[in-house]
Amino acid sequence: MKKQDFQCGLKDGAPIALGYFSVSFSFGILALGGGLTVFQAALTSLTNVTSAGQFAGLQIIIAGGTLLEMAVTQLIINLRYALMSLSLSQKLSERVTFWQRLIIAFANTDEIFAVAMAHGRELSFSYMAGLQILPVIGWTAGTAVGAAAGSMLPEAVNSALSVALYGMFIAVVIPEAKKVRSVLATAALALLMSCVIYYLPVFSGISAGVSIIICTVAASAAGAVLFPLHEEGGTE
Amino acid sequence: MVYVYIAVMAFVTYLIRVIPLTVFRKKIENRYIQSFLYYVPYTCLTAMTFPAILYATESIWSALAGVAVAAALAFYNKSLLTVAAFACAAVFLTEQLLPVL
Repeated sequence: MKKQDFQCGLKDGAPIALGYFSVSFSFGILALGGGLTVFQAALTSLTNVTSAGQFAGLQIIIAGGTLLEMAVTQLIINLRYALMSLSLSQKLSERVTFWQRLIIAFANTDEIFAVAMAHGRELSFSYMAGLQILPVIGWTAGTAVGAAAGSMLPEAVNSALSVALYGMFIAVVIPEAKKVRSVLATAALALLMSCVIYYLPVFSGISAGVSIIICTVAASAAGAVLFPLHEEGGTE
Repeated sequence: MVYVYIAVMAFVTYLIRVIPLTVFRKKIENRYIQSFLYYVPYTCLTAMTFPAILYATESIWSALAGVAVAAALAFYNKSLLTVAAFACAAVFLTEQLLPVL
């Protein structure tokens, strides 16, 4: 371990950890409301380290969905990490060993990926370890505190905090949709499909988890066909 | 049973992250697959948020206030933390005001 790289990683990871703490706090509240214990909620966060996947997974647990439904939902929702891990693998130093890659892969989240790719130099294991450790702690601790304190908070506060995670999702989608027309179009299609499945009685047999898969795959596929990316990353 | 769910979630999520990082070193060249993967986070987060957010709070009006505030702040590129915090505040304030109106 190179101490300097590790400290540099810690410094870059600290703001992510703070943000994660507050968002996972609301995941903890939701998990407890869904019948999970404080320990189960914290364990979910420690072992998954992903907001969207955990959130969808929680809905499946609450609804008593099948394990296959759970596995497929996680696969689809978290598929983007495959692309991120792929890009990340190109930027890792050649000195990063196979075993170190097994550790780095564990907490390759949207935010950690973004910061790692913005890092000017090739990535050492020490830097990645420093970058990831605080966000993982923040994510897990926030969940535990949210789950533990959630039941003691007044109903009005719980109600307000339950939109925190959704607020974060909106904050991820809108800036990109503003910049890239095709993202706006595909996101709008996903919104429309999600509402149609939710409100039309014909589709009442479709669970929340399956609905997310259908909307994500259909809208993303439509986007890929209608607005394929240029080589440099823009759209037509 | 909850632990089995958590184990399946964690296992699948880890596999997705670890396989490309260790096994596949080659870059994806197919632009349709690239495009599909590029759109996934946005379609997925949108489908998860709507219409579920409308029924996440005590009243649909407070939820709408939360959506409006989140959308406005996100439009001006505020950080995830800021957007989430102000959306919560909007919901809280609306629910305090509703009985008065």
